[in-house]
Amino acid sequence: MKIFVPRDAAAKALGADEVANAITAEAAARGLDITLVRNGTRGMVWLEPLVEVETSAGRTAFGPVTATDVKSLFEAEFHRHPLALGAVETIPFFARQTRLTFARCGLIDPLSLADYEAHGGIAGLRAALEMTSAEIVEEVTTSGLRGRGGAGFPTGIKWKTVHDTPAAQKYIVCNADEGDSGTFADRMIMEGDPFTLIEGMTIAGIGVGATKGYVYIRSEYPDAIEVMQRAIELARHAGLLGPSVLGSHHAFDMEVRVGAGAYVCGEETSLLNSLEGKRGVVRAKPPLPAIQGLFGRPTVINNVISLATVPVIFEKGAGHYRDFGLGRSRGTIPIQIAGNVKYGGLFETAFGMSLGALVDEVAGGTFTGRPVKAVQVGGPLGAYFPRDKFDTPFGYEEFDGEGGLIGHAGIVVFDDNADMLKMARFALEFCAVESCGKCTPCRLGAVRGMETVDRIASGEPGALELLTDLCETMRDGSLCALGGFTPYPVMSAVSHFPDDFNATRQEAAE
Amino acid sequence: MAENSAASALAQRVSEIIVEHEGLEGPLLPILHAIQAEFGHVPDAALPQIARALNISRADIHGVTSFYHDFREHAAGRHVVKICRAEACQASGGNAVAEAALSRLGVTWHETTPDGAVTVEPVYCLGLCACGPAAMVDGKLHGRLDADRIETLVGEARA
Ligand SMILES: Cc1cc2nc3c(=O)[nH]c(=O)nc-3n(C[C@H](O)[C@H](O)[C@H](O)COP(=O)(O)O)c2cc1C
Ligand code: SF4
Ligand code: FES
Repeated sequence: MKIFVPRDAAAKALGADEVANAITAEAAARGLDITLVRNGTRGMVWLEPLVEVETSAGRTAFGPVTATDVKSLFEAEFHRHPLALGAVETIPFFARQTRLTFARCGLIDPLSLADYEAHGGIAGLRAALEMTSAEIVEEVTTSGLRGRGGAGFPTGIKWKTVHDTPAAQKYIVCNADEGDSGTFADRMIMEGDPFTLIEGMTIAGIGVGATKGYVYIRSEYPDAIEVMQRAIELARHAGLLGPSVLGSHHAFDMEVRVGAGAYVCGEETSLLNSLEGKRGVVRAKPPLPAIQGLFGRPTVINNVISLATVPVIFEKGAGHYRDFGLGRSRGTIPIQIAGNVKYGGLFETAFGMSLGALVDEVAGGTFTGRPVKAVQVGGPLGAYFPRDKFDTPFGYEEFDGEGGLIGHAGIVVFDDNADMLKMARFALEFCAVESCGKCTPCRLGAVRGMETVDRIASGEPGALELLTDLCETMRDGSLCALGGFTPYPVMSAVSHFPDDFNATRQEAAE
Repeated sequence: MAENSAASALAQRVSEIIVEHEGLEGPLLPILHAIQAEFGHVPDAALPQIARALNISRADIHGVTSFYHDFREHAAGRHVVKICRAEACQASGGNAVAEAALSRLGVTWHETTPDGAVTVEPVYCLGLCACGPAAMVDGKLHGRLDADRIETLVGEARA
């Protein structure tokens, strides 16, 4: 009997290690021979720790399991039990998804290359090894893949620039800084299917002529760091990484680097400075990192999900990937459902589902059972959406058209207890704390903005206009999106929830 | 005497760490992380040695350590409680959790209890946004916290 208990950080935060220990102890006490696999998560966080049991009859799930449930699960021989969920694939939240990037996440042992290969892994790299570098880049362009880190830049075009820039040394840098609140897709795939990222980076390296890769992981993710490091060692040992990738004439190797708690280091040029051992201040562009990136060399810098999606594109073909989606948003997007929701977790689906369907149907509304007031889409620099914008389909252009952005595709749901003035103030406070300090509108504007919100709260006339002006200055005068996009959450809160900014709000509250 | 030997032990360990990181491109952050993992902070006394080894100035290193929230100039309390303050945790009741922890310990953000037991720090997202409010206590993650649970956790840390 094989028993799966996720090693994912969210599952651990909900007691998965204690459950795993209890299972080992209970099996030993009963003299049962079991194989315990610490898999990634299937992404249904409200069911974690989600334990799966595989017998000759198939694989069924139980959850959420606590250590004290373990005894009764054994007593029931993992059969009829109040926590039984059936097969994961039959749970509506899961059944409704299209899993391409996350196909293996939670299914396999993340640190078993044999498992990885048995479930389609390495097929993409083998296909890429049959192609010329130009064909590899072309395949990515054809897939329509756009950067999943936030800006949505076409990945193939970025790769082509690096491909076409001659240099003795080029780099692949994976941006695993994932600082946006409400996002955890990068963490989940690194903990649940790390070889996918390694394979994607290797294909990128062969495509653009880079032999060295770095994964820059935020220090807040100790589990992801550990799994990635072990996976890289295993890949090296198996000849997937090294001087001769899978016996070919291509060399590629990579290492993990750990951030140091600075949100701005998710911005690509700041990240490069950080990798070089400098302060993580943002660099002016041009030069583009694709031409002068890490240590001044041509560098592909991509988000984890962008790179982890590359293998399935090569495994199934660019056309297969491209056939999913809406408008110029092709393929699938792993949406992270967070905050005050009934069913939180990772939901991978083709672009195009409406925000309302995601919030009301998939997420099941709020955990508190109160009405949804606002949804912040795209992290701390993303806009707050009110219910009357819930018909917006999930796509880059579609969200842009509604004064928002999808960013790294996190959605954070708030119930009617949320005070949007406080959320606007928080956005400015966050910007002030995390600003790299290079430009005045960001560094000082954010602090002034907080003071101004406080003046609005105390009913000072004219303060709201001042806030609007400040936001315009920040938007127009900032070098990067930290200062430039903080006005999104602030001004969307102001314009969609004016009552929370009304001068009489305090009296109303009393 | 004791101080001298402590200083030479530090110098010894720092030089080992520097050697362990030889050959890395951009070794400064990995070195600083390793030093902090060993000593709980980045001691001022270690800077000249790193500066010499990497051929940069002490001021450069200080600029780097002061830029990043992770690096400490002084040791933290015996236990470190990091509480998520970001939006998704706020949406699920994070502010009440933070207030409960701070008032139970009688400190504000970044402070250490007078007995040196617990330091409380804000963190902006732990990637546990679907099971918030979230916190990390000495490296161990906790999700779906409420005021009672965080009070128990900080109480245990303080004991
Ligand atoms: C303040 C700021 C923070 C960012 N944080 C991240 C991040 O954590 N992860 C990420 O992939 N991109 C982040 N980005 C976007 C990156 O600058 C860059 O666009 C991205 O890494 C490119 O990869 P992609 O094309 O695959 O999306 C951030 C941008 C800004 C301005
Ligand atoms: S907008 Fe802010 S974070 Fe971005 S470069 Fe300017 S000061 Fe730095
Ligand atoms: S917002 Fe708190 S863990 Fe992400």
